[in-house]
Amino acid sequence: MTELRYLAPDTLDEAVGAFAKAGSAARILAGGTDLLVQMRSGVLKPGVIVDIKKIPELTAIEQTADGGFRIGAAVSGMALAEHRNFGKVWPGVLEAVNLIGSKQVQGRASAGGNLCNGSPAGDSVPAMVAAGAIVTVQGPDGRREMKVEDVPAGPGRTNLKPGEILVSFTLPQRPPGSSDAYLRMIPRTEMDIAVVGCGVSLTVKDGIVTSARVGLGAVAPTVLLVEDAAKALIGSKLDDAALAKAASACSAACRPIDDKRGTIAYRIKVAGVLLKRTAAIAAQRATGK
Amino acid sequence: MNLVTNNKWIGQRTIRPDGMDKVTGRAQFAADTTMPGMIWGKVLRSPHPHARIRSIDTSKAEKLPGVKAVVTSKDIVDFPIEKGAVMLGIQDMRWMCRNVMARDKALFPGHPIAAVAATTEAIAEEACKLIEVDYEVLPWSIEIDDALKLDAPILHEFNKFDGKPSNIVGRLEHKKGDIAEGFKKADIVIERTFTTRPVHQGYIEPHACLISVAPDGKTTIWSSSQGQFMVRAMTAYLTGIPQSDIRAIPAEIGGGFGGKTIVYLEPLATLLAKKSGRPVKMVMTREEVMRATGPTSGSKSTVKIGATKDGKIVAAHGTFYLQAGAFPGSPIRGAAGCSFTPYDIPNLLSEGYDVCSNRSKVAAYRAPGAPIGAYAVECVLDEVAEALKMDPLDFRLKNAAKEGTKAAHGPVFPRIGYVETVEAAKASPHYAAPLGDGNGKLRGRGVASGFWFNAGGESSAQVNITEDGNVVVTTGHPDIGGSRAGIANICAELLGIDYRRVSVIIGDTQTVGFSNLTGGSRVLFASSMVVTQSTEKIIQTLRERAAKIWEIDPEAVKWENGAAHPASPNAGQFEPLTLEELAEKAPAMGGPIGAGVQLNTQGADGGFGTHVCDVEVDVDLGIARVIRYTAVQDVGRAIHPGYVEGQLQGGVAQGIGWALNEEYIYTKEGKVDNPGFLDYRMPVCSDLPMIDCIMVEIPNPKHPQGVKGVGEVPLVPVMAAVANAIYNALGKRFYALPMSPPKVLEKLEAPMQEAAE
Repeated sequence: MTELRYLAPDTLDEAVGAFAKAGSAARILAGGTDLLVQMRSGVLKPGVIVDIKKIPELTAIEQTADGGFRIGAAVSGMALAEHRNFGKVWPGVLEAVNLIGSKQVQGRASAGGNLCNGSPAGDSVPAMVAAGAIVTVQGPDGRREMKVEDVPAGPGRTNLKPGEILVSFTLPQRPPGSSDAYLRMIPRTEMDIAVVGCGVSLTVKDGIVTSARVGLGAVAPTVLLVEDAAKALIGSKLDDAALAKAASACSAACRPIDDKRGTIAYRIKVAGVLLKRTAAIAAQRATGK
Repeated sequence: MNLVTNNKWIGQRTIRPDGMDKVTGRAQFAADTTMPGMIWGKVLRSPHPHARIRSIDTSKAEKLPGVKAVVTSKDIVDFPIEKGAVMLGIQDMRWMCRNVMARDKALFPGHPIAAVAATTEAIAEEACKLIEVDYEVLPWSIEIDDALKLDAPILHEFNKFDGKPSNIVGRLEHKKGDIAEGFKKADIVIERTFTTRPVHQGYIEPHACLISVAPDGKTTIWSSSQGQFMVRAMTAYLTGIPQSDIRAIPAEIGGGFGGKTIVYLEPLATLLAKKSGRPVKMVMTREEVMRATGPTSGSKSTVKIGATKDGKIVAAHGTFYLQAGAFPGSPIRGAAGCSFTPYDIPNLLSEGYDVCSNRSKVAAYRAPGAPIGAYAVECVLDEVAEALKMDPLDFRLKNAAKEGTKAAHGPVFPRIGYVETVEAAKASPHYAAPLGDGNGKLRGRGVASGFWFNAGGESSAQVNITEDGNVVVTTGHPDIGGSRAGIANICAELLGIDYRRVSVIIGDTQTVGFSNLTGGSRVLFASSMVVTQSTEKIIQTLRERAAKIWEIDPEAVKWENGAAHPASPNAGQFEPLTLEELAEKAPAMGGPIGAGVQLNTQGADGGFGTHVCDVEVDVDLGIARVIRYTAVQDVGRAIHPGYVEGQLQGGVAQGIGWALNEEYIYTKEGKVDNPGFLDYRMPVCSDLPMIDCIMVEIPNPKHPQGVKGVGEVPLVPVMAAVANAIYNALGKRFYALPMSPPKVLEKLEAPMQEAAE
């Protein structure tokens, strides 16, 4: 039967080398909470597994000099939750990362894996998109940076080049009056997959939204950055009219499918509902009210 | 039989005997057993909903290195259809032999076509792919309406209904009075049609077995089931091995809920083991469980109820169409027989139709059929009560069945506890509490009642006193609801000793007498009867032994607090002889002390429950959540109240899943699209409130401890209680399950769309 080789290099260079050399038969193992499930169900039969958890940079959480954060791609949800400051600055990103899987899964699951799995329903992705995260990737041709929203290419696919490994997420420093939030609609209360997910990041000054970003998940082949929704919020006091306009923009951005998890009509409607609720939470956090 | 009055252990929340093993992971489930030389079995399954099997070529698979045996339907004992039914319990072996392995036709995606045993699971899987099957793909139908169309593809051509080939493979009716006359007397008549989706029992442990067949044919089966004797008998029927040569050892069971009352893997693994000469292990994947094992029926029910202005039901008519899946045998008896039973209705017609279609054969699920019927009936009752402006519990009280009421399915009720459940629900803190503010979400309250037959049947027990004066009780029923803990309480009570001195184990088929499977809420009822009689025999022996030692008449000896005492001062002055002392003296006093009793137990009384449910609906997202729930049930006598409450809470949890999210979803190709726990949404803990239980105890006079079955009733009222609560919250009625978010939101949006049009 198929041979499986497991590698756990200590350096990124070794990992990139081994991953590139093995070509399409190779898979990266971070927490493994998607990969191992796919292998067990027979969807994937990789020949080589490159475990990246032994590489220090991939499991580090670093506060950058300007007050931003760099999070290794393999940092687990639990590790991120235990960080002293991260959740204070990026509560929305943290709550989104912490929604991946169950409590037990949180000990392994990572934002990097969640992004590279390529699911449009990945919980951390809309929040990262709203946060304006930049990802660092490294491949045989060296390092480069990408906007997080440019990583997914479609269900199960990314725009990483062959041999490239996601290294880290960089989140910018935050001006005063900023915060974020993430909400998802699931039929249950946990242990479920988003039917719609919505991340909103805001900066509010003197009651007026000065900047905003909106990420929307599970409503299109990839997670969406909804610029029209952000535009509707910027300059507003998050009054009903502005929220309604932003909600409409979210609904208009949806290109969902009818499937076992929800209907097109349902997802379009819920995208707008979630925008309003998520923006309200983010604003409350940003203004402390 | 003596009614136990000294209740030291009966009614106590004693520590469950299997608790430590389950908490620490030591419990041995079916997949935990291994043997030297063991190989792995895998099943090739049909990709088609309906196809004639022209030929199967296994030669390439057999040549694959590592493959040790391949079996097809040719290896399974055939029960020809034309020779008539061969029943084992409620299962017809003609259908069972075709369900474990398709013969001429594959009837659902997942239907076994062949099985392979190989040295590794991967090789067995690879070999399955090398089996060449020539299928003639046939048109198919899954939904009841499709299966009943005039031009519907017929699954079983031999079957006729109204003289024509049909997918209606069975019909039953219960009748009382004259409904035409009855409806004439009604001031108000409401008729509604309801649909429910197929739902799975959702046991966590997939089907698994390890089977060894020795060269002399002696067969040992380790498997997880609701009846080791059922496993032995079905395997014997389907393989031709005599029952005396098959030892079926029950593993600890990781949930059954009715779904493990039939076999899937055991006959295949036995034949693979016999052919290969190696022990064969088979473990289903969750996907196989969802595709190929029995969920319960989807349904289409029409219920019509007529009442007078003063709130008396004068006539009712129910028509229940249930999906049987690939083979006859949907639970129409439960749907047609239980749904109206809580009520004294003078004119009643309740009809059930068994409909075959191209999905997996249904298996029992907790009060099979009854929740489906009760859902329709209890929702219509809610509408009738509303139209009459009556409190729904008062309306039920006014029409409640009681002692002397003749049920349409036959019996005249003895003393039953239905009225008490309604009264207790009415008097509950829950029913009196205001709904409270939903903070933007809409709240509502609903009620519903339910009935299940319960059952007695065959049970055997052996009670032995150990040499050190403790007790071992062996029964023949897999414990899926606390029977070991209940038996320990009863035996300790009778012997007057600490319950920790009673060890209750489940024997295998060759070490304990025949015991029918665990189902129908029968086990504690039946096994406590045989254990009681065995223990009473032992007490009689103990009194005789003490009498011999004291040289007095056995009648002058009484058994109390774990020791023999002189019955009165007239009998003489003797120090009590304890169980330990009598056990120590046993070799000299006539030998080992033990007794066994085997009975076909009679006298099971039906069970009734009444539930109160509060929901909260997020109207923007369409999410309905149950926020408070009270289950009231006549439990006869709660031998172990913790376990009884667990049964009530478990049934309610399953019902809430059925009501709100669980359903089989099919692709356009007729395959199950959600064969896993991610998209087949059973409730998780955080989806449910604490479920409050009110146990009403109306003892069963025909049982030594007053036991009534309790495990199935609590699922019966749930979907109606939830549906009625959602109506109360939204002012809109739902006539289809599940009431999942997209469906709720669609209904809420409907008037807006209508206004816009």
